[in-house]
Amino acid sequence: MAILVNAQTRVITQGITGKAGLFHTERSHEYAPRFVGGVSPGKGGSTVASMPVFNTVHEARQRTACNASMIFVPPPFAADAILEAIDAGIQLIVCITEGIPVLDMLVVKRALARSSSRLIGPNCPGVITPGQCKIGIMPGYIHKPGKIAIVSKSGTLTYEAVAQTTAIGLGQSTCIGIGGDPIIGTSFIDILPLLERDPDTEAIVMIGEIGGDAEIAAAAFIKAEVRKPVCAFIAGQTAPSGKRMGHAGAIISDGKGGAMEKMAALQEAGVAVASSPAEIGLTLERLLRGRLSR
Amino acid sequence: MNIHEYQAKKLFADHGITVARGFVAATAEEAAEAFNKLGLGRAVVKAQIHAGGRGKAGGVKLVSSAEECAELAGKLLGSTLVTHQTGPGGNTVPLVYVEAASSISREYYLAMLVNRESAAISLIFSTQGGVDIEELAKTSPEKITTLTIDPTVGLKPFHLRKLSFAQGLSDVGEVKQLGSLLGKLYQLFLTLDFSMLEINPLIVTDQGEIMPLDGKMIFDDNSLFRHPEIVALRDNSQEDSREVEATSYGLNYIGLEGNIGCMVNGAGLAMATMDIIKHCGGRPANFLDVGGGATEDMVRKAFRIILADENVQGIFVNIFGGIMRCEVIARGIIAVCQEMGITVPLVARLEGTNMQEGRKLLETSGLKIYPAENMAKGAELITSLVRR
Repeated sequence: MAILVNAQTRVITQGITGKAGLFHTERSHEYAPRFVGGVSPGKGGSTVASMPVFNTVHEARQRTACNASMIFVPPPFAADAILEAIDAGIQLIVCITEGIPVLDMLVVKRALARSSSRLIGPNCPGVITPGQCKIGIMPGYIHKPGKIAIVSKSGTLTYEAVAQTTAIGLGQSTCIGIGGDPIIGTSFIDILPLLERDPDTEAIVMIGEIGGDAEIAAAAFIKAEVRKPVCAFIAGQTAPSGKRMGHAGAIISDGKGGAMEKMAALQEAGVAVASSPAEIGLTLERLLRGRLSR
Repeated sequence: MNIHEYQAKKLFADHGITVARGFVAATAEEAAEAFNKLGLGRAVVKAQIHAGGRGKAGGVKLVSSAEECAELAGKLLGSTLVTHQTGPGGNTVPLVYVEAASSISREYYLAMLVNRESAAISLIFSTQGGVDIEELAKTSPEKITTLTIDPTVGLKPFHLRKLSFAQGLSDVGEVKQLGSLLGKLYQLFLTLDFSMLEINPLIVTDQGEIMPLDGKMIFDDNSLFRHPEIVALRDNSQEDSREVEATSYGLNYIGLEGNIGCMVNGAGLAMATMDIIKHCGGRPANFLDVGGGATEDMVRKAFRIILADENVQGIFVNIFGGIMRCEVIARGIIAVCQEMGITVPLVARLEGTNMQEGRKLLETSGLKIYPAENMAKGAELITSLVRR
């Protein structure tokens, strides 16, 4: 089971003939052989990494019955690549590309709302269900099949949490890097209900950052809907309040977005909040022990 | 990316939006010349810095002779202006803008920005603009109208009606003028990829003309590749020189007040590294994300930037290699230590891809580098070494 990806997932790579696209397709396919092809306009009919290359996502979908796409298209063309995947009816779109123009993403976000596709990212490490399917740039070997789900805005900090949960012997059900950009396809509150319903997930680790109010919304959702134990860490507790975006930013944000406010909201929702990034595993262990003894 | 007011005014004018006449000046003589060219007997001298709050800080003043204009410009140029938006260090004034003084009947506030929560463009407006807009937002938020514009629908006549009725604008001519201006600004916002556009004040002149008296534009850094004409407007004098240098190497650096230099891969882990140093009682000197694909050379440059900060008394390298290989980082560290002869304590935590190889390189280098097996131990070690 797990969520989003499993042993039945059939993945293509958009931008498969690029250096990064090819490299990570090969690494992901080595980890678990779920890749069935790629898209590179003008290179249809060729083969890379023993996989067929198509000119369009539509064609790739018809020929391979793929239901997921990993996007490695450069920033100027990435939003268009996401829109193409939505248009082709790809269920799960994972966009790794960093640096997509924000206004492009506003249009993508609206197109997603009218579709049945789900977008993870952009600017994210991807999604992995250990032992079953890896779509992204995370190092596969640090993961171990298990019962803890990890959902995170940050890349390398996710690896830190993965390594810590592996080290205490728990392993992971599914790890989702949702990305740290202002406009992302899937937020904490979209993932949390999936994890709450997932029989393979027993506890959830959530890693947030300063900025925006996604963690505050997540706290409200957890309080109302999530019965599984949740542990969290918020990065940027000591970050200086950044250079301000004039008055308008202050009027809109109303002073929200700080780490302390987010941590307090999560604690209030019954989440075990780790005060140090090195204590994510420890905090989780304590939380689970507490549950078992009750 | 930020630009100056005089550049914003030029962009307004280029896109058919009326602004007051003005000239930019880099010297007192040029300022006097600008005053005479305007030929009005009155002008406003405005310090050009990438921050708001200039009026309150003495950076905007009315002058009534070329001599007075030159004297004020002379005082402002090269000086440091501290406003509530610059931070305590303030910004140096590289240029002044000498502008025709306008007859102001009313002052409005207008902003457009990308709203991340609603994935839309927010338009903020109030008929009570001017220097105290933030105070107004706190005390009388009902006097500020915020509209959410779906980017796939665009700015429509109903938005203008909603705004006008909410703000009690009843002069039909004025509403029509405002509608035309909003249309042009919204188009400009989309065309040039703004993150934010703020006009405070947007004035109504004695003649009933609506005109931006200020213009603050922030551009989306991700979109600069398609706007070389905007990139050409960049003024590096308004940025931290180390941050500018780091950016040119593809590094993300932000200077801070502490004494422990940090080099980390990934923004989240870099922030978490600062957090854990504070947690151990230390003070980070910087945020530095070397990114996912750092090379040996980038590591060397990162060290140079960290060590250019004379407050740095120790360095903590915290790497969790995913795409990044630990032995590449180790080679970079060794090379820079040999070149620069680093004297401050250096703690390196290398974990992830090829970590054994990386750790071994450091161990056998003959250099005094303290290894740490995880980030908690590394942070504790560097904090105690610096305190000693």
